[in-house]
Formats: sequence, structure tokens, C-alpha cells
Amino acid sequence: MEQNVSNIKRLSNPIAYVFSVCGYVALLFLVIGSVYYATVAVDYQWRWFKVPKYFMYQQAITLYAEGYGEIDTIAANKDKVDILVTTDAGDRTYTVPRDSFDWVEGDMVSPGDVIASYEGGWKPGILARGLWVTLKISFLSTIFGIFLGIVGGVARVSDTPVLKWSAITYVEVIRGSPLLVQIMIFYFVLGTTMNNILMMNGIPKLHPEWYGIMALSVFTGAYVVEIVRAGIESIHPGQVEAARSSGMTYFQCMFYIILPQALRTILPPLAGQFINLIKDSSLLGMISIRELTKATREGITTSLQTFELWILCAILYLLMTFTLSMCVQYLERRTATK
Amino acid sequence: MIEVNHIYKTFYVPHEVKALVDVSNKIEAGEVVVVIGPSGSGKSTFLRCLNRLETAEHGQILVDGVDIFDPKTDINTVRAEMGMVFQSFNLYPHLTVHGNVTLAQKLVRKRHKKEREEKTMMLLEKVGIAAKAKAWPSNLSGGQQQRVAIARALAMDPKIMLFDEPTSALDPEMIGEVLDVMKALAKEGMTMVCVTHEMGFAREVADRVIFMDEGMIVEEGTPEKFYQNPSHDRTKLFLKQIL
Ligand SMILES: Nc1ncnc2c1ncn2[C@@H]1O[C@H](COP(=O)(O)OP(=O)(O)OP(=O)(O)O)[C@@H](O)[C@H]1O
Ligand SMILES: [Mg+2]
Repeated sequence: MEQNVSNIKRLSNPIAYVFSVCGYVALLFLVIGSVYYATVAVDYQWRWFKVPKYFMYQQAITLYAEGYGEIDTIAANKDKVDILVTTDAGDRTYTVPRDSFDWVEGDMVSPGDVIASYEGGWKPGILARGLWVTLKISFLSTIFGIFLGIVGGVARVSDTPVLKWSAITYVEVIRGSPLLVQIMIFYFVLGTTMNNILMMNGIPKLHPEWYGIMALSVFTGAYVVEIVRAGIESIHPGQVEAARSSGMTYFQCMFYIILPQALRTILPPLAGQFINLIKDSSLLGMISIRELTKATREGITTSLQTFELWILCAILYLLMTFTLSMCVQYLERRTATK
Repeated sequence: MIEVNHIYKTFYVPHEVKALVDVSNKIEAGEVVVVIGPSGSGKSTFLRCLNRLETAEHGQILVDGVDIFDPKTDINTVRAEMGMVFQSFNLYPHLTVHGNVTLAQKLVRKRHKKEREEKTMMLLEKVGIAAKAKAWPSNLSGGQQQRVAIARALAMDPKIMLFDEPTSALDPEMIGEVLDVMKALAKEGMTMVCVTHEMGFAREVADRVIFMDEGMIVEEGTPEKFYQNPSHDRTKLFLKQIL
């Protein structure tokens, strides 16, 4: 027990310990402070208050008259108001909030007159939508990646050449080229051909997101194959012998005996792989998928709040990866109790 | 019941070892055969060939008339009839005692839940470990683990039981409890092939003792004749060493 305590705990003097902690906090403030100071020095205007609207904003709605006519009736409808407008373009009823107009019954209207203007419902902003796309893509790619990895890992340890060599080829080919290049190939080569074939058969095109998910799944799957293989090989051969000698088939042995045990060794490197996956999904902006990074870039072109939005973007990635690693740690602790 | 005809087995990795050289034998139904011999003499390899955990290079093994090295044979059906117990227990650590005994009944025998439960509890009762049904293997003593392993093998209702040094990894005070289970099994008429150096066990229940050395069967006979009056010098030397 004593050998395991960290250096900080070994500071037996409680005052020294407190000092050490204070030192850490001071260091943190020093770093943040100097970054802030540097931005002030180059005259950067921090406008954090502008940021929330990239998550949620209220849509402004303006309704216009369509022709010459008059306000026929104004009638209450629950907490809103129905305005019936009769014009030469036809009659129309507008249902609007109470204080959003300035008319009385009988007023004349001309085309283009504002009937009412008000704030509509809350809408997700560009960053929120980007975040959602990143989560969706990462989640789906994780599922497909695990699937590919398990199938490939089982194939990798089999004695059948067609399975084993296919798995080796898959792993080596995918691990030997940059993810960005693979994304391009999936989108521009595979995507173009597949969409053309789909069109020729009268099926609508696939959204770029799907090609992005394919590229990420195939990429992650190759790494998961190796993780699964290492996990399988870490299981004592006596386990296989016990299972096979009782008459279980190779696959029953694999799925009921080997893989459940391998899971414990597989879990930590697997988590690392999926944390990478979340971060790698930022490359999908290159094929016009509006995930978090691309959404941030677009947000910046309209707002020019470069510093805030990039920092925010990083924090959002950090939140996702941190949550994931917490979940995995929890799972690890649960499987370790047996 | 088992007919072994002139089998050979050579390992080439890490270096060439002739593990079995022209081994033949015939094991009758209901017979209890004990295999002894020095370390590396091929006892385990012989036993593992009987259910094709190892494949012989030459020769033939017939189990109930079925040639187990024939590629057309469904080895899983043959194996289901042969229980195996290992020196290192090899219980499934991710399953409870109950799960260990139940799993193959479900996957291989395709028994229904009620039938499985009854069988499992009956067997755990039999090996004297019913109270630990919900325990994890890692929380059991070696002797208890080995008894669970025997129950797991018996759960398939095998016609033959193979034991590979079931007591050599156990503390001395636990050997007895495992041997008792094996003796009871032998007295019920189970066909058994046991690699073991427990002479008391051999004398009490074995019908035949086989002595192996350097991959060959050197001598075999009834326990009385074998232990009191061995005919080969190598047998005499070996018995002197273990006694
Ligand atoms: N899988 C294997 N690969 C290579 N050599 C092996 C393998 N299994 C056994 N051998 C070798 O074959 C010979 C016979 O081994 P075997 O395990 O059958 O002996 P044993 O009589 O059971 O010995 P022990 O009493 O130590 O268990 C030994 O020399 C051993 O090193
Ligand atoms: Mg052995």
C-alpha cells in the first residue's frame, strides 16, 4: 500500500500539501491569464455573450399581406389571436401572438404590409446541430466499427487462410494510409460510383454523411481487429480446450467463452480507439458534412468570434471524449468485480 | 469402446519431439484405466488424442466404432460423449459455478431450462458443492474447483471420462475429496482413462495400469501385478522413484 502512494501524498506535512495544490491552481491561472493578456494586447474583443445564440436562437417571423383588402375580424384563440384578412388575393387567417401587431378591425391593407412580426419558437443553432451530427456519426461509426472489429478479429485468429489473410489485408491496407485520404476515396471514388449506380436504378443518392460513417467505421474497424485479436490471444488456451472438449463448436466457444473474457482486456484500448474516432470525425468537414468543426468554421465566418468559437469547439470535443472515458471506466470496474 | 491402432505423434515446434510412437490399446466399456509414466513420456498427448484435442499423424482411433480422425466425422458429437478434466481445472472464470455446469448443456445438448437446472443441481449435489452454486470459480479452493470441473464434464452425460492429472495441482489436503468423487464414479461403472500417479486410487478402482515412457506403452497390467511385480526395468526404476 505504502509504495503505491503518489509523490503528492508522500508530502507528509499537510501545509506542504496545501502549498502544492495552491501551486497547481496558480499555474492554471497563470496560463489562462497570460493567454487572456495576450489577446488583450492584440486588441481582441471577447464577446462571449454572442455565443449562446449558436446553440439556441429564436427565429424572427414576419407575416406580410398578400393583396389589397382589409382586416376583417380579430378574434381571440386561446392565448393567441386569429386575424382574418380579406384581400383581392383571397381570404387568409393568421394565428399570431397577442402583442405582435398594430391593427384594428376594418383597417385597410396593401400588399407587403406587415401583418404581424414576432419571435418564433426556439431553434437549435449551428453549433448545436454540428454537435448532434458529430455525436450521431461517432455513435454509428462506433457500432459498425465494433462489428467489423469483432468479425475481423475472429477471422484474424482463425486457421482458414481465406479468413485470416483477408483480415490481415484489411488491417494492413487501412492502417497504411491517412484517414483523410480514405475519407476522400470513400466520398469521391466510392461515393460517386455508388450514387451513379443508385441513380441509374432510380434509387435516391446517399447523403455524404453515410460515406463519412463508412470511412470512419472501416478505419476504426481495422484498429479494433488488432485489439480484439490481442484480447483473444490473451485468453489461456485451456479455456478453448475445456469448451471444445465438451462438444462446443468453434463459434460457440468463441462467443460464449473467449470473447466475454477477452472483453476485459479489450475495453481500455477500445475506449482509446473510440475517443480517437470522435476526434477524427472532425475531418469529415472536408466532404461537406457539417459536423462540429465545420459548423464552428461556418459560425466564425458569420460572427468573426474566432477565439470564442474555437475554444468552445475544443471544450465540446473534450466533453464528449471525457464522458466516454468515464463510461468505460465505469464498465471496467463493473466487469472487474467478477 | 475405444480402439487405438498404431498412432504416432511428433511435435516439430520448438524442436522435434516424438511424443507418441506406435501406440495401440483397447479400452472396454466400464473399464477404468490408469496411465502413469515420467514427465514428457506422452501421457497427456495420448489422452488428448482420444478426443482429438491433438491429431495423430498416423494411425486410427475408433470411439464406439467411429473413426475420429476421419474428416467426415462430426467431432463435436463424439466429444460430447467424452468428458475431460484438466490438471489446471480450466473453469470459465466469467461464469458462476452454476453457469459453468449449465452452459454446454444448453449449447450442445440443447436441454430446456428446467431439465438443465435439475441436472446441474443434481450433479453439484453429487460432487458435494451445491451450496456454492452461485459462487465465482476464483472464490473456490482448488479441490472445489476440480469437483466443479468434474460436474461440468458429467453434465453432458458422457460415456467416457478422461482425466489428465486431476490432482497434481492440488494441495495435499484437497486431493482426497477429488479422488473420492472419481472413485464413486468408477464404482458406478463409468468408463475412465486417468493419467494420475495416485497409487491408492489405482489399486482401489483401476482395472488396468498402463506405463508409458518416451512415447511408447512399455508395460500394462492389473494394479496388483503392475505394482508388486513389474516386469520391465524401466517400470521398476520409475516405481522406485515415485514410491
Ligand atoms: N503442443 C506441444 N508443442 C510442442 N511439444 C509438445 C506439445 N505438447 C507436448 N509436447 C512435447 O511432447 C512430449 C510429451 O508431452 P506430454 O505432455 O504428452 O507428456 P506428459 O507425459 O503428459 O508429461 P507431464 O507428466 O509433464 O504432463 C514432451 O516432450 C512435450 O515437451
Ligand atoms: Mg501431462
